[in-house]
Amino acid sequence: MRKSGKIPKVLWISVTLLFLYFPLLVMVVFSFNDSTSLSHWEGFSFRWYESLFSSNQMISAIFVSVSIAVLATIISTILGTVTAIGLSKSKKIVRTAILQTNNLPILNPEIVTAISLMLLFSFLGINRGYLTLLIAHIVICTPFVITNVLPKVKQMDVHLADAAMDLGATPLQALTKVIIPQIKPGIFAGALMAFTISFDDFIISYFVSGNGIENISIVVYNMSRRTNPSIYALATIILVVILVIVFVGTFVPYIIVKRKGRITHE
Amino acid sequence: MKPFRKLVGPYCLWLFVLTVIPMFLIILYAFIERGNTIATFNFTFDNFKSFYDPVFISVLIKSFVLGIITTIICLLIGYPVAYAISKCKEKTQTLLILLITIPTWINLLMRTYAWIGILSNNGIINNILQAMGFAPINMLYTDFAVVLGMVYDFLPFMILPIHTALTKMDPAIEEAGSDLGAGPIKNFIKIILPLSMGGVLTGITMVFLPALSAFVIPRLLGGAQYALIGSFIERQFIHVGNWHFGSAVSLILAVLVIVFMALIYMLERYAGVNMDEEDKKHAKIRKNTKSFMD
Repeated sequence: MRKSGKIPKVLWISVTLLFLYFPLLVMVVFSFNDSTSLSHWEGFSFRWYESLFSSNQMISAIFVSVSIAVLATIISTILGTVTAIGLSKSKKIVRTAILQTNNLPILNPEIVTAISLMLLFSFLGINRGYLTLLIAHIVICTPFVITNVLPKVKQMDVHLADAAMDLGATPLQALTKVIIPQIKPGIFAGALMAFTISFDDFIISYFVSGNGIENISIVVYNMSRRTNPSIYALATIILVVILVIVFVGTFVPYIIVKRKGRITHE
Repeated sequence: MKPFRKLVGPYCLWLFVLTVIPMFLIILYAFIERGNTIATFNFTFDNFKSFYDPVFISVLIKSFVLGIITTIICLLIGYPVAYAISKCKEKTQTLLILLITIPTWINLLMRTYAWIGILSNNGIINNILQAMGFAPINMLYTDFAVVLGMVYDFLPFMILPIHTALTKMDPAIEEAGSDLGAGPIKNFIKIILPLSMGGVLTGITMVFLPALSAFVIPRLLGGAQYALIGSFIERQFIHVGNWHFGSAVSLILAVLVIVFMALIYMLERYAGVNMDEEDKKHAKIRKNTKSFMD
């Protein structure tokens, strides 16, 4: 590379990162502010963290968000994986039809998916609440599980499961002992994506939830009509959790590999 | 492997009940008269009549204009960043891409909310301006704030696909261009840009579509009265209670999205982008980031 291009390159990247992280930094700093102001620093305090955890509304919202995300992830991962395995063996027409329909929730604007589900629940006379929220989250998560798992199923050696069954395995055994271990990375990626989609979702939840069932996003949306540094406190906690997960997920395996590498080199 | 075919069954039923029927219901609601129960529905185009309403037309135009401005700004910032990152060492690239991705994992509402404290009349920027002796600027609840919020929230989705496209490019091609006498600008226009066109088009899709249907960002940074298509639909369903008109607007939005996707598809074909690869890339980016359709 030409040396002359180096300074603008570093500058351009740094400015962009600054732009992306400046608001996050503001949230972290002002979550410790001893004032309702979002911009005047008036001393260090934990009062917004206290008010966050003393709010029943927030505690139950955290419970709803986490429990819905966990359940939606488990159910959509099982449903998506099973479907992806089936799809790889089904006729081309069936596969194309299902995959095209499966793409609808991915490609449609989220607000359109949201109101379509809201219309369905009202049409069927189902009261909006925890169950409708869970069903809606499975609807938006499963397509992403399928798009993650299907490529892995296709890469798999098609004869392995047949071989297992020829050797006396039942289809269920072939599934759990032969197929699933091979597509694990895809399942894991799909599950991770399902969890983040569900946990961060606002639009779908806003339209299909009701009867006082609120997840974190809905509470934040309702809170945001007035200044409330508790939102900053919650964002800070979530940021810290994400950073810890990223650190453990990215750097720890890297360090382990490096150590192992060094040991084998020596 | 034949026994596994049956595994598709449950999801077939699931898709039919929870994806096909709901979409059909939007179409149904859009075309029946207000106040009718489903059992006695009367077909009508009335719900689409309101489109001649100047208020609605201005909302539609505004959504498009802001969506296009947001996309252009994201492209102008995002392309050079993606290019600069692609020129770094591999390990630095992984770290930088991770740093670009992390903000997207934080709830969009919270990320947007942070800007209220920065932009408001007694916010951080105005505090600094006043300390330096300037008059405060009214920024919150303006078009500027909405575009800024959308650029902030969607920029990573422009950078990531362009970066993927650029790293797939063989650097030897670029060097060959220089060796054969092309200057940096000619090299860029004739070689780098066409080869990264797939990433650019994916990026445009991933920024323009959520920007077009956004409703959280306009609400938080544009104020309660600020209307884009997304907020317009929300108002029809939650506040006005006219589900039929709301459905008609949603249908129009869905059709606009399909038209836009078809356009991008044609451009991709024109630019010679391999669709199979593009789909995989799309899925990969989704995996790395997540659903963000505000």
